[in-house]
Amino acid sequence: MMTFAGSQQIIEVIYLLASALFIFSLKWMSSPATARRGVWAGEIGMVLAIAGTLLHHGIVDYKWIAVALVLGAGIGVPLGLVQMTAVPQRTALSHAFGALCVTLVGTAEFYLRTPDVPRFMMAVLSMEVILGSLTFTGSLMAAGKLQEVLPQRPLTYRGQNFVNLSLLAISIGLAAYLVLHPGAKQLFPGMIGIPLLFGILMVVPIGGADMPTVISLLNSYAGLSAAAMGFVLDSKLLIIAGALDGSSGLILSVIMSKAMNRSFTNVLFGAFGQVQTSAATDQEAKTVRSATAEEAAAILSAANKVVVVPGYGMAVAQAQHKVRELYDALSKRGVDVRFAIHPVAGRMPGHMNVLLAEADIPYDRLLDMDEINGDFPQTDVALVIGANDVTNPAARTDANSPIFGMPILDVDKARTAMVIKRGMSPGFAGIDNPLYYLDRTLMLFGDAKSFVGNIVRELGGQG
Amino acid sequence: MGSNLIDALFIFMLAAFIGFEVIRRISPLLHTPLMSLTNALDAIAVVGAIILVGEHKSTFSTALGVVAVIAATSNAVGGFLITDRMLKMFKTSRPTKP
Repeated sequence: MMTFAGSQQIIEVIYLLASALFIFSLKWMSSPATARRGVWAGEIGMVLAIAGTLLHHGIVDYKWIAVALVLGAGIGVPLGLVQMTAVPQRTALSHAFGALCVTLVGTAEFYLRTPDVPRFMMAVLSMEVILGSLTFTGSLMAAGKLQEVLPQRPLTYRGQNFVNLSLLAISIGLAAYLVLHPGAKQLFPGMIGIPLLFGILMVVPIGGADMPTVISLLNSYAGLSAAAMGFVLDSKLLIIAGALDGSSGLILSVIMSKAMNRSFTNVLFGAFGQVQTSAATDQEAKTVRSATAEEAAAILSAANKVVVVPGYGMAVAQAQHKVRELYDALSKRGVDVRFAIHPVAGRMPGHMNVLLAEADIPYDRLLDMDEINGDFPQTDVALVIGANDVTNPAARTDANSPIFGMPILDVDKARTAMVIKRGMSPGFAGIDNPLYYLDRTLMLFGDAKSFVGNIVRELGGQG
Repeated sequence: MGSNLIDALFIFMLAAFIGFEVIRRISPLLHTPLMSLTNALDAIAVVGAIILVGEHKSTFSTALGVVAVIAATSNAVGGFLITDRMLKMFKTSRPTKP
């Protein structure tokens, strides 16, 4: 009995160390200079916690644990080695895996304990499996949309919100009944199945532009479900890790939805794709000025200050390496080149920063919207590559625009704006962009990668 | 059970506050690696799954536990790996101060 209690205390101390390392891990993430140390702290904490758990007195059989750990590591390595452009879908997939783990453990715990489940425990267990299963299918759907194996356009139909909310209400009703009657085993599959369906239907109406918010929200759910699992298993380490993950996801979702000037409910139930179909009709009459790569290169090389505004189009065209060549060519000529990053540019928080860092662009050249917006009036050329809605001045001026009030990058205030775009078709949300019809705007029609490549060639030829 | 529950709620509240305060300070520059790191840390759920498998209380619970351990371990390994790969790419143009 002595050794029994003794080993239990050792395990608790190990968990305490792991919790501290996790907090340090996040703290060190605050600066790129210390961030890699943060990863090491997290790794050490994880290894310690797993090693400590293996000392647990209740464990009678190690064979399957070993098999599962090896298999998991075998799946994890290729998932850690994906291309940087595939990071958003990989992240969504890992939310799904995390939620799967939590849901399965919750399910097993329920069937082991029923019918003697205390009310509070049944309540958190219900929260664990409801959040876990809706996050599982919701994240799989998000990953499928990002990987383009599923249609990316939002899918909407009449009564969609009513159907979704009813499903959620039914699963909460089942949970409430189970809290009062934890022996009602036959209801448990319903409490998992309905949120699984809800998760799918929740992401169906969500379009690509809303992905950053949705991924952050799913991140938060995955964390909260893990914290709920901590309550069920009475594991302080799990409560702490879940709370950290949950709050991180929540903060990111708040930042993302603020950057789109929308509320959570609006993102989840607003069906962005529906409203705008009427907005894109009156554009035939207006004229645009277009330019060739040669003309663009001439203007760029005469500039002192250039701000590049990258968007999802740059990621799709895989143009980040050509953009780096442009950055080098202009910097060599003494042009000050910086990058303006909108919080929701791309498909997940920080997406553009990672792609530009991958292309070896120094991170002190990458500026946040608030840092750079005041500089646009002094900017000679703002070069927009594959971004659309985040540069739309209608968000400031047109109260009827669906994106009115959304904070944007003030590209239209630069002395010259250049927009690389495939054609005049409206962007993802289907909103017309008045920026394209300004006198100071030059449209550069073509594929982002080859057009930037052509500009670089022109710049090289002159020098 | 009663006091355990209250303790657990205190821990949750304090950890959530620490999370908010620490993560608020993280620059948008690192939001993608932040998300993959918290994902990897969240894989600590593996400890619950390991105990479930090891205790071998029923074939059903062991089977669910094995899948859970696989899912969580792949998150931990893959999450730390890709976070480190991303962070390695972030370089500054200024000379680093000693």
